[in-house]
Amino acid sequence: MPVWFIRIARHAAALAVTVILGGILTAALVRNSPGFTADERLLDPRLDAQSRALIQSEHAADRDVFRFYIRHVGAMLRGDWGVSQSLDAPIRDLVRSRLPVTAEIMAIGLVGGWILAFGFALAAVCFRGWSRVGGSLSVVLLSVPSAALAVLIFTTRGPTRAIIALILFPRLFDYLRNLLTDAYARPHIVTARAKGVGPARILAFHVLPVCAPQLLALAGVSASMAFGAAIPVETLCDLPGIGQLAWKAAVARDLPVLVSLTMLITLLTQACNVVSDWAGSGLKGARA
Amino acid sequence: MTVRRIVAGAFLAVLLAASFGSLVFPRLSYSVQNREFLDAAPSAHFPLGTDELGRDRLARLLYASRFSLLFAAAASLGSLVLAALLGGLAGYWGGWVDRCLVRAIDLMLSLPWLFLLLAARALLPLNASPVTSLLVTYALLALLGWASPARVVRAGVRSFRDSEFVLQARAEGLSEARILWRQVLPNLRPILLAQFWTAIPVFILTEANLGFLGLSAGEPFPTWGSLLRELQSPLFVRPEAFAPVAAITLSVCCFRLMSPKGRLHI
Repeated sequence: MPVWFIRIARHAAALAVTVILGGILTAALVRNSPGFTADERLLDPRLDAQSRALIQSEHAADRDVFRFYIRHVGAMLRGDWGVSQSLDAPIRDLVRSRLPVTAEIMAIGLVGGWILAFGFALAAVCFRGWSRVGGSLSVVLLSVPSAALAVLIFTTRGPTRAIIALILFPRLFDYLRNLLTDAYARPHIVTARAKGVGPARILAFHVLPVCAPQLLALAGVSASMAFGAAIPVETLCDLPGIGQLAWKAAVARDLPVLVSLTMLITLLTQACNVVSDWAGSGLKGARA
Repeated sequence: MTVRRIVAGAFLAVLLAASFGSLVFPRLSYSVQNREFLDAAPSAHFPLGTDELGRDRLARLLYASRFSLLFAAAASLGSLVLAALLGGLAGYWGGWVDRCLVRAIDLMLSLPWLFLLLAARALLPLNASPVTSLLVTYALLALLGWASPARVVRAGVRSFRDSEFVLQARAEGLSEARILWRQVLPNLRPILLAQFWTAIPVFILTEANLGFLGLSAGEPFPTWGSLLRELQSPLFVRPEAFAPVAAITLSVCCFRLMSPKGRLHI
C-alpha cells in the first residue's frame, strides 16, 4: 500500500476520532450541567400544568447522553442536523446562512493578522528598535480581553471587521519573530547577506523556504484562534455568524445547536491543522 | 530579579491589597444600590461613578479584583495539580499509559474550548447562586486548562526519568513513589512555577470574555468579566466603565512580565 495513502488514512482516522470524542465531550458536559433540565419558558406564569409537562418532556429524549449523541451523529451523517430548540429552525440552514459571515471576518482577520505580525516580525529582525516596539505592542494587545478590544475599536468607530486581525497579531508575532530570528542566524543566510545578496531575495529564496513548514503549521493554528475570537466580535458587532449563533445557543441552552457547532468547529480546525501538516511535511519531503 | 519584575509584582501586590479595602472601609459595598445616584458621573463620593443600578463602580472594581485574582490563581493551581498528576504519570510510566494520556492531551488541545466553556457554563440552573456560578466558571477553567501544562510536565518528567540522579536513587533502593516525591518533583518546581504564572493571565482573560458574554459570575457578584458586561452596549457607556479593562490589561501585563516567558519577550 502506498505511503501517502497510509498517511492520509491515518490523518483521516485521527480527525474522525477527534471530532467524535469532541462531540461526546460536549454532549456529556452539557448533559451533566446542573441546569440542563431547566427551561426559561417554564418561568412564564401563563403556562398551565399540561404545557409545563410538555416542555419538560422535550428534554426527556436527551437524558441519556450516548443515546442522544448516537442519534444526533447518525442524523447528521444523513444530512439532518436537527432543529434548533430556541430559534425553531433547521440547524443546517442556520449554519449555512451564517457560515459565510464568519468565513468573511475570519479571512479578513487572518490576512490582516498575518500581514501585521509578519511585517512587525520582519522589522524586528532587521532593525533592533522595532523588536521593542513590536514586543511592547504585542504584550499590550495580548493583555486586553478580546471582547474589550472589540468594544474599544467599536466605540472609536474603527474597522470592526479588522478586530480579529488585532486579536491574532500578538499571538502570531512572538512566534514569527523567534522563527525569523532563528532563520536569519543560519550560516547559509549569514553567508548570503555577507555576499551582498539583496534583502528581498534573501527573504524569498532563503528565509521563507526554511520557515515554510512552521509557517504552515502556524497558519493551521491561527485558524482555530480566529474561531475563538469570532464569538465576542460577532456578539458585540451583531454580525450574524457562527460565533453569534454559538452564544445565542449557549444563552438559550440549545443542546442540538451546541453539539453540532462544537463538532463543526472541531472538524474545521482539525481539517486546517491536517492540511497545514500535509503541506508542511510535503515541503520537507520535497526539500529532502 | 529585574526592576521590571519588581515593579510588576509590586503593582499586583498593591492591587490585591487595595481589593481588601472593604475590610478597612466598610462603606465600600459591591451590592448596595444608591437609587438617588443612578448612573452618576465620578465625584468625591464615588470616584468612578455609579452604574445603572446606582452601585459604586470603585467598590465593585475592588471586589472584582479580589475575586478575579484569587480565583484565577486557584484555578491555575487546580489545573496545575491535574497537569502534574496526569503529565507526571504519562512521563514517568511511559508505555500505554503515556500513549493514552498523550492522546487525551492532544484531544483536549484540539478542541475549541471557548465553545465547550460556553456550552457547559450556559447550562447552570437559572436560579444558581452567584457564588455557585463563580465556582463553576473557575472549576471549568481548571478542568479544561490542564492539557497544555501537562504536555510540558510530561516532557520534563521524561527527561528526569532517565537522568543519572534518578538512576542512582533507584540503585540505592528507593521506592518509585519516593523517587517521584523526593527527586523528580523538586526538579520540576521551575517548570510548575512557570506554568502557574502563565496560566493565571490566560484564565483571567478567558473569564473576562465569558463575563462579557454574560456567562461568568451571576449578579450581583462582581468579577472583572462580569463588570465588562456593562460594555455590551458600547454606544451608551461612560468612559469610567472602562476601568475594569485597564485593571485587567495592567494585571495581565504584570503577570506576563513576572512569568519566565514574559521576561524573554520584552
